[in-house]
Amino acid sequence: MEFTLKTFIFYGFALLTVASALVVVTVRNIVHAAFSLMVTLFGVAGLYVFLQADFLAATQVIVYVGGILVLILFGVMMTSGRLEMRLHIERGQLLLGGVISAALLMLLLTIIANTPKWKNLSDDGEQLEPTTRRIGELILNGQFLLPFEVVSVLLLVALIGAALISRKEVRD
Amino acid sequence: MLIDYLPILLLGLFAVLFAGINLALTHILGPKRPTRAKLSVYESGVQPVGDARQRFTIRFDLIAMLFIIFDIEVVFLYPWAVVFRKFSETSGLFILVEMLVFIGILFLGYIYAWKKGGLTWD
Repeated sequence: MEFTLKTFIFYGFALLTVASALVVVTVRNIVHAAFSLMVTLFGVAGLYVFLQADFLAATQVIVYVGGILVLILFGVMMTSGRLEMRLHIERGQLLLGGVISAALLMLLLTIIANTPKWKNLSDDGEQLEPTTRRIGELILNGQFLLPFEVVSVLLLVALIGAALISRKEVRD
Repeated sequence: MLIDYLPILLLGLFAVLFAGINLALTHILGPKRPTRAKLSVYESGVQPVGDARQRFTIRFDLIAMLFIIFDIEVVFLYPWAVVFRKFSETSGLFILVEMLVFIGILFLGYIYAWKKGGLTWD
């Protein structure tokens, strides 16, 4: 009973993710595409939960759904001025996009095939511990201390870049 | 562990269904006799001036970028805060300084954006 319900919910999330991703790339209205992307990102967060990556799932919702998507919508509102602008897809872009997608698919399939201990939906026995504590330990143990500090420098660069670009237009 | 997420799933499902069913029911059951006044943006309110769908100023971009950057900072605070008590017994000062350096570097950028006038709205 538990097994079937779990599988059912998993395929629900998978279907939600794939279907909304298809809408993102096919719909002509850019705002509709952005909102559909929100559903995709939520679906991916659900899939992270099934992989027992709880920290990643929370981060997905906080950063991607809460932040990046708002930035995308702001970008649309700031550039086009016409929210009902239609998207044109040219043949060259279709080809390039297809090649990149195929390459990405091959990469992902290779990784999936080479993952030695892939967590199966049906094995209920092994429960992994919540990942947040583990991540905190790895950072503070000194193992990932330097990358952790470098992240703040990366964020600093992004912050300064954003301040510089958005103020320049006003000064001119 | 997966069962711990069931309340979140139920909450999400309830929110979607509640909003969806209400919208669908009002769409099906509600009588539709539109007039000009009823179709205005704020019925019995202020007359709208111009079109809402115009270009937004680029300054919102900085606000959104600032939000995302400090959003990511908060994400990094979480695992640190979870293990702080455990580590504080052995190397409390060290990990406190570690996080202060992390926040301090970002604070530099905050001061830069502030001095640059990014937070004023003139």
